[in-house]
Amino acid sequence: MEKIVVENFSLTYSDGAESLQNINLKINEHTITALIGPAGGGKSTFLRAMNRLNDLADVAALSGHLYINGQDVLDPKTNVIQLRRTVGIVFARPLPLPLTIYENVSFGLQAAGERRKAVLDEAVERALRQAQLWDEVYDRLGDSAFAISGGQQQRLCIARVLALQPEIILLDEPTSALDPISTAKIETSLLELKEKYTIVIAPHNIQQAARIADDVAFFLQGEVVEFAPAEKIFTTPKDRRTLDYVQGRFG
Amino acid sequence: MESKHPLEFLITWFIRLTGYSSIFFVVLILFFLVSEGLPALSEVSLDTLFSTRWYPIESYYGILPLILGSLVVTIGAMLIAVPFGIGTAVYLSEVARPMVREILKPLVEILAGLPSVMLGFLGIQVVSPFLREFLDLPTGLTAFAGSLLLGGIAIPTIVSIAEDAMNNVPQSYRQGALALGATRWQTMWGVTFPAARSGIITAIMLGLGRAIGETMTVMMVTGNAPIMPNSIRALFMPIRTMTATIASEMGEVAAGSIHYHVLFFIGIVLFLLALIVNITASWVSMRKQTHKERVLS
Ligand SMILES: Nc1ncnc2c1ncn2[C@@H]1O[C@H](COP(=O)(O)OP(=O)(O)OP(=O)(O)O)[C@@H](O)[C@H]1O
Ligand SMILES: [Mg+2]
Repeated sequence: MEKIVVENFSLTYSDGAESLQNINLKINEHTITALIGPAGGGKSTFLRAMNRLNDLADVAALSGHLYINGQDVLDPKTNVIQLRRTVGIVFARPLPLPLTIYENVSFGLQAAGERRKAVLDEAVERALRQAQLWDEVYDRLGDSAFAISGGQQQRLCIARVLALQPEIILLDEPTSALDPISTAKIETSLLELKEKYTIVIAPHNIQQAARIADDVAFFLQGEVVEFAPAEKIFTTPKDRRTLDYVQGRFG
Repeated sequence: MESKHPLEFLITWFIRLTGYSSIFFVVLILFFLVSEGLPALSEVSLDTLFSTRWYPIESYYGILPLILGSLVVTIGAMLIAVPFGIGTAVYLSEVARPMVREILKPLVEILAGLPSVMLGFLGIQVVSPFLREFLDLPTGLTAFAGSLLLGGIAIPTIVSIAEDAMNNVPQSYRQGALALGATRWQTMWGVTFPAARSGIITAIMLGLGRAIGETMTVMMVTGNAPIMPNSIRALFMPIRTMTATIASEMGEVAAGSIHYHVLFFIGIVLFLLALIVNITASWVSMRKQTHKERVLS
């Protein structure tokens, strides 16, 4: 089933350069889609458009459609708060909130009005287990989130998104600040999570895309040059530029 | 490790000297205060000292009305200054558009540097006549007038420092919270505020410090009558603070007399109060940071 449908989507920041031009994509439910491409290609911009975090940046112009579950999220009438609970995002650098581990994970639910301790406790444990972090922190949930390692912090950031039971998880180079072992843990959880969620990730390198992605979109200077199943992109891409990029010849 | 370079050596020593000298001066002042103030304890009985009547000419040295006078005015001032100050800081850092902030922030900072005698002038000419008319009081020179003006003095300090503190909260915290579906206010209460906590507390304490130590304004607008404030009505009566007492009487008193020693003793009390404020402040703002924190990967 198509979860995310993007039609003729363009975005311009206030500095005037068109950062996304005429994007067309269809992303299926329960898949991992990787957005690859050289720096400045617009991957982060695209991810942040999907849960309207771009509202916070100085975006000058938007056009086209970005449907999630059939609803155009660019519609000014969209309930942004609700959208962000459905479409969670994990950033490149582990950025826990300056709260305890428990509070970090329960933050979204509490913001949504959940007050029952039992419900929160259960959600926190489930989310931490899904993010493969429970075993490492269950005995110090009351500690500051800054007291755990960077890799653990990043899994905590994944857990706090999972606690909201979203439908879509966006990840913007989630492992770029992490060591290989933490990276492997996160990749393992993503492969498990895709059974339940739809995942869109800007991977930290092409190898990561090759390891986990079902579909790959190649972003170059604000355009999607090619969008196809991963094995196709990595073996027989249609576009010359895609081939050059995946073979490491530029970017 | 000491550097062998002579210039480096000189600079290091110069900096060290300035550091030591400020400690030295503080100790010196403290020593002077204590040596001039403590004799009061042997010259005046504790009962007299902590009685409710201040009338030095007839040897009544009760400093209680002065201590309470300071407290009443200061607490009143903080009740006004904290909500307004923090509110303004929140507005500037979280709500106002950048342009508005660029204009308002420097204005607030100029206000913070306003000489207090100007506010006292304003108090005598405008605030207290208004209070007298409006509340139908025999005189407008009251504790309440003092609180209003001291509040006004503390507000810019609180705004300026609290705003800096909130502004220094990384944008990424706000983004992280908003991305989890928090509203702007939830983000502010749940994340920005706690993160800026120690800065906000510092702001309040510095505001408090300014209010407690303020002399000129309270001397001008509180009526200066050493009346024991013992009910809520005292707020609308003249009052006398510790600072105003020292400032107005120190000039006329014979050095070494009982009265002189008692005035210094009041100085010690004032100093202790300021110390308590500071210690509480650092205790409260440090409390949450006792966890070992690390931001490394
Ligand atoms: N907040 C912003 N304001 C103005 N321009 C921006 C902003 N964010 C990104 N841009 C511009 O939009 C373009 C796309 O940036 P984006 O961050 O989406 O690229 P990216 O593909 O994520 O790059 P990277 O691989 O380096 O993360 C760049 O030219 C960038 O300069
Ligand atoms: Mg990016």
